[in-house]
Amino acid sequence: MKCMERPDDFAVRRKRLNSLSDDELHARFWKLVDKIVDPLVAEARTHTTPSIERSVLLRLGFSSIEAKALVKQLGDRGLLGHGAGRLILELALSKKIPVREAGSALLRGRYWDELARILDL
Amino acid sequence: MKLTPDSKLDIREVLEDLDSYRPRRKGWVWRKRIENQEIGAFVYQDTSENLSHSVPLPSAHAFGNIDPQCDMVITTEIASGRFEDDLRRMRMAAWHGADHIMVIRTTGQSHIDGLIEGTPEGIGGIPVTRKQIRATRKALDAIEDEVGRPINFHSYVSGVAGPEVAVLFAEEGMSGGHQDPQYNVLYRDVNMHRSFVDAAEAKTLMADAAILQLDGAHNANATAKEAWKVTPELLVQHAINTAYSRAVGMPAELIALSTVPPTAPPAPKLRLDLPYAVALRELFAGYKFRAQQNTRYIEADTSEASITHVLDTLISRLTWADIQSTITPDEGRNIPWHYNNVAGVNTARQTLMGIDGITQVLRLTREGAFSEQVREVKERAVLFLEEILEGGGYYAAVAAGQFVDQGHYPERKGDGIVRDPQGGDGAGSVIPRAPDYGAPVCSHFGANRYNEREGKPCTDYGGCTLCDPAKIQYIDELDPEDNVEVRLQQTLTDRQHGLLRPEVEKHGDGIVCVTLFVPESPRIAEAAAIEMAKRMGLHDPEVISRRLMHPSEGSVFEIKGRLDAAIRIGELQLPAYEAPLPEAEIEDWVRGRDIRLVAATVGEDEHSVGLHEILDIKHGGIEKYGFHCQVLGTSVPVEHVLDAAQRADAQAVLISTIVTHGDVHARHMQHLHELAKQRGLRERLVLIAGGTQVTDELARNCGLDGGFGRGTTGRDVASFLVHRLRERNTA
Repeated sequence: MKCMERPDDFAVRRKRLNSLSDDELHARFWKLVDKIVDPLVAEARTHTTPSIERSVLLRLGFSSIEAKALVKQLGDRGLLGHGAGRLILELALSKKIPVREAGSALLRGRYWDELARILDL
Repeated sequence: MKLTPDSKLDIREVLEDLDSYRPRRKGWVWRKRIENQEIGAFVYQDTSENLSHSVPLPSAHAFGNIDPQCDMVITTEIASGRFEDDLRRMRMAAWHGADHIMVIRTTGQSHIDGLIEGTPEGIGGIPVTRKQIRATRKALDAIEDEVGRPINFHSYVSGVAGPEVAVLFAEEGMSGGHQDPQYNVLYRDVNMHRSFVDAAEAKTLMADAAILQLDGAHNANATAKEAWKVTPELLVQHAINTAYSRAVGMPAELIALSTVPPTAPPAPKLRLDLPYAVALRELFAGYKFRAQQNTRYIEADTSEASITHVLDTLISRLTWADIQSTITPDEGRNIPWHYNNVAGVNTARQTLMGIDGITQVLRLTREGAFSEQVREVKERAVLFLEEILEGGGYYAAVAAGQFVDQGHYPERKGDGIVRDPQGGDGAGSVIPRAPDYGAPVCSHFGANRYNEREGKPCTDYGGCTLCDPAKIQYIDELDPEDNVEVRLQQTLTDRQHGLLRPEVEKHGDGIVCVTLFVPESPRIAEAAAIEMAKRMGLHDPEVISRRLMHPSEGSVFEIKGRLDAAIRIGELQLPAYEAPLPEAEIEDWVRGRDIRLVAATVGEDEHSVGLHEILDIKHGGIEKYGFHCQVLGTSVPVEHVLDAAQRADAQAVLISTIVTHGDVHARHMQHLHELAKQRGLRERLVLIAGGTQVTDELARNCGLDGGFGRGTTGRDVASFLVHRLRERNTA
């Protein structure tokens, strides 16, 4: 795709920056950058991804293979928005079993109905 | 695991017990700068602590073998494809002053949605896995003990599995990582929402583990046709990653800007590159600077690359850098070879020692045109930022092709990289967090119900892997064919049988490089050069460098090829080697015995430096042991040398012979021996010759007692003399 073309009109555009001191120019630079970054950070604060959820399960003590399979199955059921780690931890607490055991049980097809009940709590 | 200089790294020992290996520390380590440090005969301004083991620069032999270390961390990038071979290269690089080992990932790892396990072979890099990291870190622990300085280990936290890689790096004590979501978006076509959301998690993990972050802005240099025109955008890319990192909680001291001087000679490099370098350091005061060397314009000529890299390093010193990264001089033509990593490190080391203290005598002017150029690049960057916001923000700007346009912004050529915010790898995989979203782990970014209460988020189950590493699940290998054990069968069998092959990259790859000058026009010369390489017995010869000397007088070629020859160590005929006597023993024997020597450079030969280094007390020569030396000077006929020896009643004669035209050096040696015999002096005189082309074998064949070549010290000669004179006394 051909994008916008424009000659070098720096001499015209810079006029509004002429009066700024170096410090003022630096401050303007960082103010603009912060404005650009703000919505990106806000999105990150309120969203998650399969990789983030797998990284949470790694930290819970699952292997990369287990984390991948668990996140895939939780995603297929539309549950990742609650947090993979949270779901497995709550399941473990409610069944009074270790976290890794809760994850293994899910991988064997057990307790999936429990998960739905936990979410209603 | 402990290394000693006289034994090879034992890969078997490295691979033992990796399931229970834990790193000895986390995070990045800087060198300790020492001002006014006395090393040898000099006082240095910009150095750090010395190493306990190293290979000094070649000319150090003339300066008491000192090996001063600069105050910047020095990086080398390693990417052979087999980590087990890389470990030996890391050890060699560390001995030459590298303390930041950057491992390049295998092609395509950034598109793998998840972690790789085991030790499969890579292409143009290695698959970064837990086992590979542990093995490498364990080897680096031993290497840093051997050289006496901490070594930083670094790779990439980018691609579609960034957060998982960041967990892996935090758990395994990695020191540094590249992390820049813009790199994914622009160069890897990873979906931009996915890239930025993942980046916040990855950066949080890195910050908590004190992992130094490098950004990816320098890639814009490498892709632009006229790299000096993208400098305003470079400032913008650095700023977006920096501001994003700060916003998610990364402290300034862990944020390093990866910056490259954009041009190379014959462009007026310093005049073009310095204003940008200064603008960057002024705008980003308080952050760290990782100065990379230029790769954009180098192709096959390694000496051209080294000269550009010297100038890059000069710019680093004039403007400041915390890390001086090095590029191997052969990067333009192949995956870097072992010894070219060392060559790259030495380019930085030699330059930084040569310009030690330069900022005390030389400062960049802030007057006139230079100051205006610095201001101009900043203003162009501000205008770039304004247009991003006017167009609707970062995602819209990328979609409109504002980035990596070849124009000198605000000029736009219309050829920027365009990415669809809803497209790319991982598109549609970003999920809104529900109001009850939770992640019961440490180092997690953003909305999280477990952060709303007291204590760590992982207390309900006794702690996450970052708090309790015993919970980390270690996977050894997944592929029964493609792993280090299978590869080692060949390697270790070779070693057991004492077989040696040449290599440049992987164990026993057999690759050699020959240099040929062929006196013909380029096309004929090249065809002839290939044919000559074949006749040398090289398989698959390939021209990797061609340099025109003159259109009809000739060209010089470097040709790589494979030598299918394994040498049995046990069958080698090694020349006899005698370890020199201890200094005290030499001196005890010589002092009080009145040992007289006569020395000269013989023939038509004006070289005197070598002889003085062997003799003079101020060069550490043999006079210091108490020998009485009479030096006759240069271009002395052999007859005069023997006349003087007779007059002085000397016990030994030393001749230096450097010129070798028509084997004149050998003729001088024979003449000395025969003339001494004729005059009846041969029995009482020890006759020795030295010179760059002299060997002990050659000297003995000419009838002398011994010969000394390159690298000889006064002590070697003194020790030899004592041995010989003792034998005569007892005979």
